[in-house]
Amino acid sequence: MNRATVIWGMLLIAGAAYLLVRVQSVGNGRVYVQRVEVQPQAAPPAEGEAPAAAPAGWVRYEPALRSSAGEEDIEVSIPRTVGVWLAALLTLCILSFLWGDNPFYKLAESVFVGASAGYAMVVGFWTGIVQNLFGKLFPELMRASFLPGQEGEGSLVYIVPLVLSVMMLMRLSPVGGWISRWPLAFFIGATAGIRLVSYFKSDFLLQIESSIVPLIVMTDGGLNWQESLKNITVTVGVLSCLVYFFFSVEHRGAAGVASRLGIWFLMITFGAGFGYTVMGRIALIAERLQFLFSDWLWLI
Amino acid sequence: MYEFFAHLDRRWIFLLMLLAVAVPLLQGVRFPEEPSDMVRNVYAAMDESSRGSLVLMAFDYDPASQGELQPMAAAFTRHAALRGHRMIFLTLWPQGVPMLRRNIDILKTEFPDYVYGEDYVNLGYRPGAEGVIKVVVSDLKELYASDVSGTSVSQLPLTRDLKNIQQVDLLVNISAGTPGAKEWVQYAATPYRIPMVAGTTGVGAPALYPYIPQQLVGVLGAIKAAAEYEQLLIGGYPVLAENIQAQEGLKRMGPQLVAHLLMIVLIIAGNIVYFAGRRRGVTR
Repeated sequence: MNRATVIWGMLLIAGAAYLLVRVQSVGNGRVYVQRVEVQPQAAPPAEGEAPAAAPAGWVRYEPALRSSAGEEDIEVSIPRTVGVWLAALLTLCILSFLWGDNPFYKLAESVFVGASAGYAMVVGFWTGIVQNLFGKLFPELMRASFLPGQEGEGSLVYIVPLVLSVMMLMRLSPVGGWISRWPLAFFIGATAGIRLVSYFKSDFLLQIESSIVPLIVMTDGGLNWQESLKNITVTVGVLSCLVYFFFSVEHRGAAGVASRLGIWFLMITFGAGFGYTVMGRIALIAERLQFLFSDWLWLI
Repeated sequence: MYEFFAHLDRRWIFLLMLLAVAVPLLQGVRFPEEPSDMVRNVYAAMDESSRGSLVLMAFDYDPASQGELQPMAAAFTRHAALRGHRMIFLTLWPQGVPMLRRNIDILKTEFPDYVYGEDYVNLGYRPGAEGVIKVVVSDLKELYASDVSGTSVSQLPLTRDLKNIQQVDLLVNISAGTPGAKEWVQYAATPYRIPMVAGTTGVGAPALYPYIPQQLVGVLGAIKAAAEYEQLLIGGYPVLAENIQAQEGLKRMGPQLVAHLLMIVLIIAGNIVYFAGRRRGVTR
């Protein structure tokens, strides 16, 4: 048995022992919910009709604070408790990658990828295909089955996306796979056209407009040196970065100086981006540890 | 000494970082936040909108980035409710649906007077990325005939007469990537001049700064800006000082400071080891 296995084994045994003691003494990791009875009201009767019987009610479970344990209508939710324990153990599995690649990490990674893909597919099916496509093509059928709240008339225009979708699926067919290129071409062309217009306005024209600023800003008859310095920095930064990416002239002399200045601006931008990234990553680990300490272990 | 640092197992660094984040969390270390002008502008956009304004809450993030973004989404939701604004929630991310629910739970528990359908509506997710924005700016009901639970939007008082999102008074977007804030700026805020504020991950913040102030009122960048926003919110609405849930960003800034100090120390130490190695003629 190598040293790493021994350390892992000892850590796991110590962790499991601590958890057992804590669960016995504190009961951590439990999730409490409040039981709320919902009783819908019957629709008012039409003239001359007898009042309808009240529809059947149901029970809704709202999240409750753990400090409210023992109060009336507060109970432990087994599914949510299992969820917290699963989430905590999977978090530890993912964090175990810091020690090195291992089967626990691979298991958690696979669960995460599979669950995300499956969830996205199911949500996409019910919202995109059922609600948007079938809801428009077969409104009566959808109202009678899955979408009782669906309103409006059908639209035959939606046959076009249906046909394009079927053509796209031809890629999976052993013959006629070339048919899928047509909807793909339509999709790429339409997307490029839509994006071109929006990019041209918001990321080109308006950015040029925003860059045209007075270098000397006068406020109340005096020099506003802060705004002036800001505007000069923006102008010099934009021009020098543009020179850096302009390869039609050799970067020598004035062009070389501007180009090197452009590199400095770029490096400062990347540095700020890196700083932000570090902050983001620390925020993520802080949130996970907060979950482990608070929801799972009840330490805070 | 040089040999020790030059061949230090990186797992010691991981352990140090774990302690730098865990200890302040366990100890509840917090620091006062001084809101920046950018955060003040975003706050003012929400706070100075007239009471009862219609706000579109487009929350485009998933559980993987909720550590960074949930505090600012919750702060926006609380702020809008405290101002009495009406809210429409939607997402362009399939995994964003539980995130919407999480923020709506805040309304249910902390603002019981808020009525679904009258004060807020959850439209949920529709596939199509920026295509969805392109449609809802001209015809909301073309894509959102019903809300997240299948109720027709024509039956809900808030959305009954809403033709498109050009009618909203403020567009709030929380973005973890694409589609997100950039697409809302390109397809909604810029062409239709809808006032918009955004909150984004640290990685995404620099890409949005060029849009300020003409196309975007302001951006909350990462957890630091969320904490500053919470500080402003507590200042403006002291009732939140008692609400621990409303201080998630502030709680996470303690670990941020200690972890950043550790990072600075590690960068300096790494450079010292590197230059010491160069003087000894070590090449890597």
